[in-house]
Amino acid sequence: MTNNSDTHFFARLKKGLAKTRSNVIRNLDEMISGEKFISKDIFEDIEAILIGADLGPAFASDMIEAMKARAKRNELNSPDALTKIMKEHMTTILRTCESPLKIPKDEPYAIMVVGVNGTGKTTTIGKMAFRFKKNGIPLLLVAADTFRAAAIEQLGIWAERADVPLIKQKMGADPSAVVFDALHAAEARKAVMLIDTAGRLHTKTGLMDELKKIKRIMDRELPGAPHETLLVLDATTGQNAVMQAQMFHQEIGITGIALTKLDGTAKGGIIIRIAQEMGIPIRYIGVGEGLDDLRRFKSEEFVEALFGE
Amino acid sequence: MFENLTEKLDAIFKKLKGRGMLDEETVATAMKSIRMALLEADVNFRVTKEFIEDVSQRAVGREVLDSITPGQQIVKIVHDRLIELMGAESSHLNLSNRFPAPVMLVGLQGCGKTTTAAKLARYLKNRDRRVSLVSADVYRPAAIEQLRVLGDRTGVNVYDSHGQSDPVRICVDAVEHGKANGFDTLIIDTAGRLHIDDELMDELKRIKDAVNPAEILFVADAMTGQDAVSVAEKFDALLAIDGVVLTKMDGDARGGAALSLKKVTGKPVKFIGMGEKSDALEVFHPERMASRILGMGDILTLVEKAQTAMDEKTARDLERKIRKDSFTLNDLKKQLGQIQKMGSLQDIIGMIPGLGKIKALKNATPDARELVKTTAIIDSMTEQERLNYKIINGQRRKRIARGSGTTVQDVNTVLKNYIEMRKMMKKLSKGGMKSMMRGNLPFK
Ligand SMILES: Nc1nc2c(ncn2[C@@H]2O[C@H](COP(=O)(O)OP(=O)(O)OP(=O)(O)O)[C@@H](O)[C@H]2O)c(=O)[nH]1
Ligand SMILES: Nc1nc2c(ncn2[C@@H]2O[C@H](COP(=O)(O)OP(=O)(O)OP(=O)(O)O)[C@@H](O)[C@H]2O)c(=O)[nH]1
Ligand SMILES: [Mg+2]
Ligand SMILES: [Mg+2]
Repeated sequence: MTNNSDTHFFARLKKGLAKTRSNVIRNLDEMISGEKFISKDIFEDIEAILIGADLGPAFASDMIEAMKARAKRNELNSPDALTKIMKEHMTTILRTCESPLKIPKDEPYAIMVVGVNGTGKTTTIGKMAFRFKKNGIPLLLVAADTFRAAAIEQLGIWAERADVPLIKQKMGADPSAVVFDALHAAEARKAVMLIDTAGRLHTKTGLMDELKKIKRIMDRELPGAPHETLLVLDATTGQNAVMQAQMFHQEIGITGIALTKLDGTAKGGIIIRIAQEMGIPIRYIGVGEGLDDLRRFKSEEFVEALFGE
Repeated sequence: MFENLTEKLDAIFKKLKGRGMLDEETVATAMKSIRMALLEADVNFRVTKEFIEDVSQRAVGREVLDSITPGQQIVKIVHDRLIELMGAESSHLNLSNRFPAPVMLVGLQGCGKTTTAAKLARYLKNRDRRVSLVSADVYRPAAIEQLRVLGDRTGVNVYDSHGQSDPVRICVDAVEHGKANGFDTLIIDTAGRLHIDDELMDELKRIKDAVNPAEILFVADAMTGQDAVSVAEKFDALLAIDGVVLTKMDGDARGGAALSLKKVTGKPVKFIGMGEKSDALEVFHPERMASRILGMGDILTLVEKAQTAMDEKTARDLERKIRKDSFTLNDLKKQLGQIQKMGSLQDIIGMIPGLGKIKALKNATPDARELVKTTAIIDSMTEQERLNYKIINGQRRKRIARGSGTTVQDVNTVLKNYIEMRKMMKKLSKGGMKSMMRGNLPFK
């Protein structure tokens, strides 16, 4: 929509950066080294920031306990130390997941995109297609969401926008059959396939089985495929995102994550818990609805934006 | 996490006798767990804080009734207060004083507006309203087509905007069209947008001013985290919404956003979305939501689901058996057919926070192909064996396998699944099913 849609993420990022230099927390100045000088309010403020960013109460309380322990040991001796240490801690967790997608040249390569309903799978595929196309990668979009009304048409429009071919069948067709067709076309063209699947809640066993079947057929037709199974998570989601990641991973094995809708005011902090617990590479962030609103995930940037207003 | 808050609190208060008054210390200790439960459920931080203060005040000094523990008493107070705050059941749409009456759906991207539009259309059509669906989403690829397909599928008129690209014009024209063609209700689907996108927010305001909607419903995803509050505040401040529709409630999200939304907007949740299909719209039940937020599972919905698939009597039978923990293999056989009708039992189990994740449960429901085999195996048992699975030893298993043309392995699997199932049922009934079925509250 409006083209400045990604500015918010970067505005927040800037504010976050500025705050490291001054102070993120109102009362931080009160905090001088040593336990007795640290007001309780500071920790309450920290908790509010962490929970407000959807990091969850357990993570927040662990973090605060750790900070309190450091304060006791007189390790926090400047107003900035507290935020700095927190940021470092989060960045360390995320950095292990900072691993961009590497696509081999001149080989068919299958990327299956999955996730719960409405997280931004189809849109992310459109953006990825645009990005890959710019890098001269031969592509195929695959409309394996044959369930949702007009899902095929939606992907078709993205295919047009990015100017890449689309493999599709009729609505209601077996998604495995669509993928089967696409695999052979991709093999012949040594193309990268971006496979759009229907949104499904991780609790629906029948629908998860459908994904397993698609995967099985892919591996049979093109051993090793899908090479990437990309889980799309919505940054607006709260604690349930952990369940989503766990269940999708348990059922079909996730090799990458894309976190969308970071152009809003939600901070997407839940991804830190997911990174900590599962260590799955975070490939991209989505910062808008336009073709080029896709960014590589960068831990530091993400953490700074998390502390921005 | 908080599969059973009551149990957790009971463990904390083991030393306390179930008599006397709730003192400040007891309440404060309990509130720590309650607070964690609320935050885990994505109730907004600020809202949680206020809630805890408020409910603590109400709890201190309250008497602990003879029949229950202090933990149960506190959970009951919290639960009651949650229900009270989330308000009365109210799916009422005020459509009487306009012709046609426009119902406008607004919200963030991907929350479920278009799907909800079709659901509402079906709901109102079944209540004898003449409905026309209007897409004011000129942005999202194939959004108009999506609504058209959904409308066709539900047999509801879909207004044709003939490529008009101004959403405000579309809505104004649709009202004229409705008037001329005898449609008494217009459901207007708008594009998803961020609350901080001034330009697009202004567009909503202009639509509102132009068509004067009878109802503006804010559509929110039940999985939404802390941000629900800032989003809803903005939408409400600009548009003065009339109510909320909470979608994707068929998942296992605890749905704390329901409380936050009510708190910041003061507007009731009118409906919940329970699936992708057009019939998956239900009235909001605050007491179920309260249990769900506290992590006690949406058990009533589960029971209700089961009941619509089973006939009344079987359902009552099952209920009694689960209650008495006397679910036999005979019952299992009877249930197999019914279970099939319920669709996937796992889908339903999935609605119970925590339970959906338990792997063992996956095997608890026989899949369609196994059904015949399972039935054959049970048929080959003696009546005694069916009534008491514990007597089925190795010898008997061999005999049953032979009789049913299966293997001992198969027999073992059936028994294992059956035992899992009993365990699960026990778990459900411990989690409050017993009392929920009798009365309404999981504590009595
Ligand atoms: N603001 C914003 N909106 C996004 C972003 N990514 C996707 N969206 C929007 O979110 C909505 C849902 O996106 P889709 O791509 O259709 O989501 P999906 O996961 O394919 O949905 P289903 O196939 O129905 O499960 C659309 O309105 C998109 O424009 C993002 O990064 N930022
Ligand atoms: N499981 C489940 N899925 C739902 C529910 N409501 C909507 N969905 C799904 O969520 C996804 C997004 O729904 P849409 O109706 O397209 O959402 P929207 O708000 O119109 O999206 P935009 O127009 O892009 O902002 C689709 O895959 C729907 O099928 C629900 O109650 N349960
Ligand atoms: Mg899609
Ligand atoms: Mg829509």
